[in-house]
Amino acid sequence: MDFLNAIIVLFNFTVIPALAYGSQLALGAIFVTLIYAVLRFANFATGDMMSFGTMFAVILTYYFQSLGIGLGILPTALLTIPFAILMMILYMLIIDKFVFSYYRIKKSPPVQFAMVSVGVMFVTQALIRIIIGPSDRRFLDGEKFIIKATEFKEITGLAEGITLKSTQAITIIVTLIVVSIMFWFLNRTKTGTSMRAYSDNEDLALLSGVDPKRVVLITWVIAGILATIGGVLYGLDKSYRPFVYFNNMLPIFAAAIVGGIGNPYGAFFGGYVIAFAEIFLTYSYKKFISYLLPAGLEPNSLMQLLSTDYKFVVSFSILVVVLLIRPSGIFKGKTI
Amino acid sequence: MRNYENVIYAYIIMLLLIFCVGLFQSWSIALTILNYCLISAVMTIGANIQWGYAGLINFGIMGYTALGGLAVVLVSVDPVKKAWQVGGLNILACIWIIVSVIFITKFILKRFDKSSIRNYSVAFVIIAGVILIRITAIPGIEAIESVDPAVKGFLGGMGLPVLVSWIFGAILAGVLAFVVGKIALGLRADYLAIATLLIAEIIVSIIKHEEWLARGVKNVIGLKRPAPYEVNLQKTQWFRDFIEKIYSNKIDLINTVSQKKVVLNQLIIDASSVFVKLCFTGLFLSVVIILLIVTQKALYSPWGRKMRAIRDNEEAASAMGKNIVKDHLLIFVLGSAIVGLAGAMMVTNDGLFTPGSYRPMRYTFVIWVMVIVGGTGNNFGAILGGFVVWFLWVQAAPISLFLIELFTANLPETNSVRLHLIESAPYFRFLLIGIGLLLIMRYKPQGIIPEKIIKQ
Repeated sequence: MDFLNAIIVLFNFTVIPALAYGSQLALGAIFVTLIYAVLRFANFATGDMMSFGTMFAVILTYYFQSLGIGLGILPTALLTIPFAILMMILYMLIIDKFVFSYYRIKKSPPVQFAMVSVGVMFVTQALIRIIIGPSDRRFLDGEKFIIKATEFKEITGLAEGITLKSTQAITIIVTLIVVSIMFWFLNRTKTGTSMRAYSDNEDLALLSGVDPKRVVLITWVIAGILATIGGVLYGLDKSYRPFVYFNNMLPIFAAAIVGGIGNPYGAFFGGYVIAFAEIFLTYSYKKFISYLLPAGLEPNSLMQLLSTDYKFVVSFSILVVVLLIRPSGIFKGKTI
Repeated sequence: MRNYENVIYAYIIMLLLIFCVGLFQSWSIALTILNYCLISAVMTIGANIQWGYAGLINFGIMGYTALGGLAVVLVSVDPVKKAWQVGGLNILACIWIIVSVIFITKFILKRFDKSSIRNYSVAFVIIAGVILIRITAIPGIEAIESVDPAVKGFLGGMGLPVLVSWIFGAILAGVLAFVVGKIALGLRADYLAIATLLIAEIIVSIIKHEEWLARGVKNVIGLKRPAPYEVNLQKTQWFRDFIEKIYSNKIDLINTVSQKKVVLNQLIIDASSVFVKLCFTGLFLSVVIILLIVTQKALYSPWGRKMRAIRDNEEAASAMGKNIVKDHLLIFVLGSAIVGLAGAMMVTNDGLFTPGSYRPMRYTFVIWVMVIVGGTGNNFGAILGGFVVWFLWVQAAPISLFLIELFTANLPETNSVRLHLIESAPYFRFLLIGIGLLLIMRYKPQGIIPEKIIKQ
């Protein structure tokens, strides 16, 4: 029985949160990797673009709530995602038209692109703060829990319970749906194939009649979808705060590089690697171990490998180890 | 001389702008802006060495700035003897464990061939080291942090003069850059940017959360100063006489004696703050000038030409027998050390160390904008960039507030859009800086003062 309790503690406090957090990171990482593979630069505005899309979802959620439109037990934010995505894609296309396309035609080095994306980061951050302000906002409504710890305890008779927040379930399900559609699109449709060809070898793809403008457009559309959904899911699960989104850029980049930058499968996988590592290394194992050890041997300390303040250390260490051992990432990078 | 004309004009315009601030706002504000401009200039010199001379992207400027600030605390604050008594030994033991773990790991890596056993033993040594450190450190840290937690609760520093800490800050940042460079410099440009960004976050989070080191987010206040304190200055006789002499015309106009005294006192209080800031300005200006001379000499020496050659074509330089790895490491260390110096200067100027205020936007990306706007590869340009961007950064809020008032003048006072815009005026600085960067990148990618290659 104690063994079962130990497993449930571990499951409740590490596996479920890590799956949800990993899904959010994975969406962001695929966004980074797509931009890197097709448009060939590291986008430093990643976090802020995700925040920008989420901002529309937050504003629309408040608007819909004031109109009385809702989804019942599901959060209203899900209803606003399509509109937020449209706004996000529009913004991305405007940015691309006025900023990135010039450098793409000039074939500037990636470093210059990166600096330009820093400029975009500044502008995006300013717009977000001017429109919605820097404060912390919660926009989750509807049912909060699917399984509550107390209910679980009653049903199973165990001492420990499992809590499944609805946001966690929604995150995992939505991510799986979006990612599978995206992989199907990239691998099975003609447009997806042309994108892969363009990413693989630009000249050859142009020679075979791939329209570069269309490829770029489709890439931004997919990027907008991923960024908005990833951002909204993160905001639902935690809360919407622009500064946090900016900082999320670091684990997202780490996930994309660890998985092999340019490779969407790798990015998807990398998101979970980073999330699980972060949560497993900063979780306090005191309760888990006290169930496993015989009575009287309970540990006194928190049994925590790293304090939660150091979660960046985890991302960075994984990044360094992977880059030293396998510079192209876990999956081989630079192919869609 | 013709080549330097626009440089001189640009600097004169910049100084005139600061002069205008002094004239219209107050001299104290103008000097504060000037001091920060000078500190930014030191940072941009550091970043320009890395990016402009050698083409290395270092997005970790925030980390080195914070380390420089930490150095001020570690050097100039008086040691907390009680904390050393209760927990000093534990901390020293920890440092000893870290050093021995590093040496054992290095030994294993050097002595044995590549194999899975070697990997496991390295992992074992590191994990064992981490566990040992935790066991020894935790009681020590708890003891240190419980010593007078309201004002102390940390080990304190060495109690040396504050100017020593500037050098120490540079050394500390340089040593860290050496370690980082060893790991990360082999990476591609964009990976290097992300790696340095992460390292800077880690450094700041360590400084924030290790309270035994420098009180973490509880801040250290009342740091030593290389300049006199205002309160002492106001009591000094020669200073009082001096102010009385300067303002004698103004004071003579007042009739009553008591009135005279009140006015004089107010003048002395204002003048003392200006005088202290002027002392700082003098110090910072001399640092900037020394650095400028040294870097300018270096840029036009064979060493500088070698660096530019490596930047412009690594393969060719490598084929000419230049050791690129070594030179990159050297320039990474030098640039970071200068940034560390700037960090120490900034904390000295503020008189307090607030780890919570280190944010990547303000301390990494704005510095980068300065370098790019000013002119990469040109020290005069980088310094000018520091001045221009810092000036805009400070004055953006009042300017945007003025513009908002102007454009929404037709709207009623209680219009929600108008109120919202006025409330968010401080954020317009991000917009201004971002658009400025994008425009410069697009239409003048060389910066305001472009790099000049002197043919020799």
